[in-house]
Amino acid sequence: MTEALLTVRGLTKHFPVRDGFRASGAVRAVDGVDFDVRPGETLGLVGESGCGKTTTGRMLVRLLEPTAGSIEFAGRDITHARRRELRPLRQDLQIIFQDPYASLNPRHTVGRIVAMPLQVNRITPPGGIKKRVQELLELVGLNPEHYNRYPHEFSGGQRQRIGIARALALRPKLIVADEPVSALDVSIQAQVINLLRELQRDLDLAFVFIAHDLAVIRHFCHRVAVMYLGKIVEIGDRDDIYERPQHPYTRALLSAVPDVTQTDSSGRIRLVGDVPTPLNPPSGCRFRTRCWKAQERCATDEPALVPRDGGVQAVACHFPGPDGQDSDGGTR
Amino acid sequence: MSLSPIDEAALTEGPQAPGDAVPEAAAKEFVGRSPGQLAWARLRRDRTAMISGVTVVLFLVIALAAPLIERLYGVGPYQQFQGQLDGAGMPLGYAGGISGEHWFGLEPQLGRDIFIRLVYGIRTSLLIAFVAAVITAGTGVVLGVVAGYLGGWVDAVIGWIIDFTLALPYLIFALAVVPTAALRFYGPRDNPPDWFKMTVIIGIFAAFGWTATARLVRGQVISLREREFVEAARASGAGLLHMAFRQLLPNIWAPILVSFSLALPAYITSEAALSFLGVGMVDPTPDFGAMIFKSIDFMQTDPAYLFFPGVAIFVLVFAFNLFGDALRDALDPKSSR
Amino acid sequence: MGRSESVPSGEPDRPEVPEQRSGEDPYLQVRDLRVRFDTEDGLVRAVDGVSFSVERGRTLGIVGESGSGKSVTSLAILGLHNAKRATISGEISVGGRQLVGLPEEEVRRLRGRDMAMIFQDPLSALHPYYTVGRQIAEAYRVHHPKAGKREARNRAVDMLGRVGIPQPGKRYEQYPHEFSGGMRQRAMIAMALVNDPDLVIADEPTTALDVTVQAQILDLLADLQAEFHSAIILITHDLGVVSQVADDVLVMYGGRAVERGSVAQVLRRPQHPYTWGLLSSVPSLHGDADADLVPIKGNPPSLINLPSGCAFHPRCRYAGRNGDRSRTVVPELRSAGEAGHLVACHLPADERTRLYQQDIAQVGVAR
Repeated sequence: MTEALLTVRGLTKHFPVRDGFRASGAVRAVDGVDFDVRPGETLGLVGESGCGKTTTGRMLVRLLEPTAGSIEFAGRDITHARRRELRPLRQDLQIIFQDPYASLNPRHTVGRIVAMPLQVNRITPPGGIKKRVQELLELVGLNPEHYNRYPHEFSGGQRQRIGIARALALRPKLIVADEPVSALDVSIQAQVINLLRELQRDLDLAFVFIAHDLAVIRHFCHRVAVMYLGKIVEIGDRDDIYERPQHPYTRALLSAVPDVTQTDSSGRIRLVGDVPTPLNPPSGCRFRTRCWKAQERCATDEPALVPRDGGVQAVACHFPGPDGQDSDGGTR
Repeated sequence: MSLSPIDEAALTEGPQAPGDAVPEAAAKEFVGRSPGQLAWARLRRDRTAMISGVTVVLFLVIALAAPLIERLYGVGPYQQFQGQLDGAGMPLGYAGGISGEHWFGLEPQLGRDIFIRLVYGIRTSLLIAFVAAVITAGTGVVLGVVAGYLGGWVDAVIGWIIDFTLALPYLIFALAVVPTAALRFYGPRDNPPDWFKMTVIIGIFAAFGWTATARLVRGQVISLREREFVEAARASGAGLLHMAFRQLLPNIWAPILVSFSLALPAYITSEAALSFLGVGMVDPTPDFGAMIFKSIDFMQTDPAYLFFPGVAIFVLVFAFNLFGDALRDALDPKSSR
Repeated sequence: MGRSESVPSGEPDRPEVPEQRSGEDPYLQVRDLRVRFDTEDGLVRAVDGVSFSVERGRTLGIVGESGSGKSVTSLAILGLHNAKRATISGEISVGGRQLVGLPEEEVRRLRGRDMAMIFQDPLSALHPYYTVGRQIAEAYRVHHPKAGKREARNRAVDMLGRVGIPQPGKRYEQYPHEFSGGMRQRAMIAMALVNDPDLVIADEPTTALDVTVQAQILDLLADLQAEFHSAIILITHDLGVVSQVADDVLVMYGGRAVERGSVAQVLRRPQHPYTWGLLSSVPSLHGDADADLVPIKGNPPSLINLPSGCAFHPRCRYAGRNGDRSRTVVPELRSAGEAGHLVACHLPADERTRLYQQDIAQVGVAR
């Protein structure tokens, strides 16, 4: 097996909550997350709001400072690297944002936006910056003639393409894509997903693809990690997660997605209540408050993320797998 | 380093060819109009903006071309026409001595030409106001960007300085400092030169005026700081200078410009007020405040003396304010309508 | 669309609507609705001749992308457009009352009592400075002036309980920020339903919510409808949500209706190429995950500068098949074969069926 491009171990981010001047606690946004991404591989991070997927993504590109744990990229520890130390690695590690409106500087032309990473890192590609930018625009399916236009003259889907061109400017090896299609219209979503898939294949890019939409993740990722309240509850190959989900939360999540092909919503798993606050997560297994399988043990022992049957799929649950004969709860 | 194999891929992207995504936006006839150009187009359509803008420009031209006007007009600002005053020192003739030779009449007692003194007064006022506004805007922007972008203790210290400055009573400070400075450098007998007094007034304006801009800019920067395009630049490794000047400033020049255009008239009136109170420019230097101060004594006997400087300063300040408001509407069409 | 005379207001009505499936009168009837905004950049035809009806106890899903006019339609029904900026024409009849042209005051009285709205973002719809319970009680008292404080309070607590909020008595005293996202959306539903409205318009009610909570809220809406027997309009971009909750579907594009019919008709036997495009571009949990999605080419149209003829023609794969007709003639909404199934497309019916079988039925979720 090839060496991992990105290795994340025990990654943690706590946001201190201040009560006046005293720290009165911490939002445990990400609480000990481990995963690897191999070159050219796409890993999906999926979960509901507050699960820490976005915070994880921001820590990977060092927009946020990790509280604990380590991030190793291409064999180098970048967990607390300074800006100048990071510079050579920046070229290999880029991010695509969710909001196609907020992510482009409204006062800059498209040419300037896409050229920004080159200029910041003082790189002049052969043939000049302009030529490179026009190549990039063409690469993402935009007209290179539109070099001199401003973002407000483009639609949401086109703006997202501009953001993708900017992320590709430095020819990265890994791109963190934070909900790259969730702000787009349905018909445009498919265009952008297809574009990202093509780029991934043709440029052999690795992706950490963050999304709340399980169907989008399924169409893009080789491997999937399901997060709940700052922890990975299940990780595995795409088919394992979608065809043979083991964690009750993964099963509930998959079951809750409304599907066009199904009008009948009976036989679905219905979770009760909302996600608890990460300020004060439940003891033991964090999912136990909404889990129909929860037992006493779940409140005291925190389940570790352990591989199942020696495979690549790992689950953090005391009672993984389909419901046994004795338990019929959850479905209504 | 060509991307050609990938270009091919992009060309065959499903039913969607590259460039296909574009024509819809191109259907609108505008081509590459920047936000600034759009604001300019809106400004052009606003009649108030155009009239007040032309007025402002007119005053600027008068101020810049004062020596030229003097040459054409044929009368200097310090020239005295004692021969055209009556025994009590009041100008002879109708409405303060208005004539083809002296368009706005003459000053009582000294017999100087009011028109050319107004022209030079505009020059003095605008010079002080403009320099003070540039300095305050510059200081405010730098401190505001630094405080807003860096945050933390830097922000706290700058915030504290702003609060401290705002707590100082500006007028009392001015009334105390100007004479003291004059006394310190020139002694009780010498009248300090114009440049010295201008510098002191500008200094006072700058010391007190930057806080508003700094607060404005700080707020804008804080709201922009978390925007994703700023994060994109950070993710690419951009430093503070790139952030401040390439990413942030272009997005806040609109409010800066507006506050600059509204600061100008405020400084013009403040300068006139200081001169009126006797701590600003004083006779014989031509100046709005000094002129109005002197004319008060002749309100009953020679109202024309008060009328012309009064109307001139009113029109100037009014035009600047209207233009500043129109500028704000044009730059940020959502704010008002 | 049934061609019946406009209904005199206040009178019990029985218009002829041939396509109605049940004998009941549609509670809401919208005919040839047009909403225009005069903007700096030109005239925006946000809604351009849309007709539909909703009966009590049924749910109509209005589907479309941003700029399709779906939200503008709902705001027009509620009379929430600023009369100075929007020009509204056509007919909107709610419970037999003609709303277009009705004085603002009377529309306001209907709003909240006979018809209510559930917004996408509950945080902006709830006032942060008042307790949730008080806001619901106020909404009740506005339309029940004789009700005392205690009665209004009891009603509010009752409603909070009915939308599934635990400990409604305690929750009554809490502020919106003390509620989680799902609870807030429940509270807003309670507020919308406090006066037993006959018509509820839900504009993207679950878009801001997580999937597991979305499922709860959709169930709740269905349960409440069964209980209150109200007519619901559900505006959404999510075909999955429509498929799960709605009885009928209206697909909008560029301010016009392009297809209308029951859920089974529109989602299982779609007739319009735009609907095909939507269905085949949605990523799904089933089918081949490695296959590329089939997107609709191009971008949604500008409402100021709508393409001539069929607004969808620049993005339509089949636009060239009728010579120039797609570019020159605006297609009317006509019967697509089955009763109640209408489509606005120039393609002949048999060709549409053939194309659907040949090109669409194999790919994406339409499979």
